[in-house]
Amino acid sequence: MSVKIKEMLDRPEVLLRGNFACAGCGLSIAYRTAISALERPIVVIPACCASVIQSLHPHVTYNVPTLNIAFAAHASAASGISRAKKRRGEKVTTVVWSGDGGTYDIGVATWSGAAERNEDILHFCYDNGFYSNTGAQRSGATPRGASTTTTPTGKQEKRKSITRIMAAHDVPYIATASIGYPRDLYTKAKKAGNMEGYRFILIDAPCPTGWNSDPAITPELGKLSVQTGYFPLYEVENGKLTFSKRGMKYRDPDKRLPLEEYLDRQGRFKKMTLVQIEELKKDLQFEWDMLLRME
Amino acid sequence: MDNESEMKDPVLPLGRPTVGSAPGPGTTGDWRTSKPIFFEEQCTKCYQCWLYCPEGTIRVDAKGEYPYIDYVYCKGCGVCVHVCPQDALKMEKE
Repeated sequence: MSVKIKEMLDRPEVLLRGNFACAGCGLSIAYRTAISALERPIVVIPACCASVIQSLHPHVTYNVPTLNIAFAAHASAASGISRAKKRRGEKVTTVVWSGDGGTYDIGVATWSGAAERNEDILHFCYDNGFYSNTGAQRSGATPRGASTTTTPTGKQEKRKSITRIMAAHDVPYIATASIGYPRDLYTKAKKAGNMEGYRFILIDAPCPTGWNSDPAITPELGKLSVQTGYFPLYEVENGKLTFSKRGMKYRDPDKRLPLEEYLDRQGRFKKMTLVQIEELKKDLQFEWDMLLRME
Repeated sequence: MDNESEMKDPVLPLGRPTVGSAPGPGTTGDWRTSKPIFFEEQCTKCYQCWLYCPEGTIRVDAKGEYPYIDYVYCKGCGVCVHVCPQDALKMEKE
């Protein structure tokens, strides 16, 4: 069920204009859409681009209570907030908003602990595939062949599958969403907000500055990543995987757009060789096969 | 003694939500090189521009009204022009 735009228009503005984000920022679209779907959110933000765009003290661009915390401490800080609020009898949504560096690499120890304890936290990871706030270094989420400042000739390793690692924790809800489809993202965030336990939503958020793409095509890149099969859209509830309505069609490899259409629009894939593109395609198909087994 | 008064009234590192919080004057509209122009007659009020605007500078006062652009803060990324299905927005050099 797709959400009506009127409902979204009535929600309060959570990201105030005039912030420090680059033009055409994918994170801003993700934040505006996802957090506005929640009731009384308290957001914990570790070191990531989200802590940069909120600007300098004493001004904050976020219109919701926000706590800035060290890189690896996001889920433990959120655990404390969620338990304290529960004891006081206040009904809030404790949110972790971290980048892919803080989720795929640095924050794993804390979120893994919180997921194991099944803390009442809604964890969003906006995934732009590298450490964006420190100047585009490679992370666990960087796809094979993408050039970053630490992998100038293209990354040699495959991208980590965070949702499958999360699924191994048997948490109640896991979903993926893309900023190309904000209504789908809003619906998933709202659904997760009404649940209890550790919930995780991975958001594909293109970064025009780091990906070397035109700022105007940020939403189009979000759509293309789904349509080319690079970023599958699905939900995992109690170990059962269901593909979202938007992503269902692309289970069939013949219905996907050619991957080159997605790669050609980004400067970070410019130096990729044909061999590397074939390897990347194999990686993506491997991920799809693993997901289809969970269905 | 200074320490004591600080203990009684600690200065907490708290910030407040501010429109235009970017360092300097905060008017991020200064960043842009070209700006979107809105043509009301072609608009069908689908609000796709509002939905995708990263900055939230496309404003809609109420459902059923035309969106308008806050040029003080618009960074001129061109996302709205790209997503508009009716070509009601066009990019123009500043």
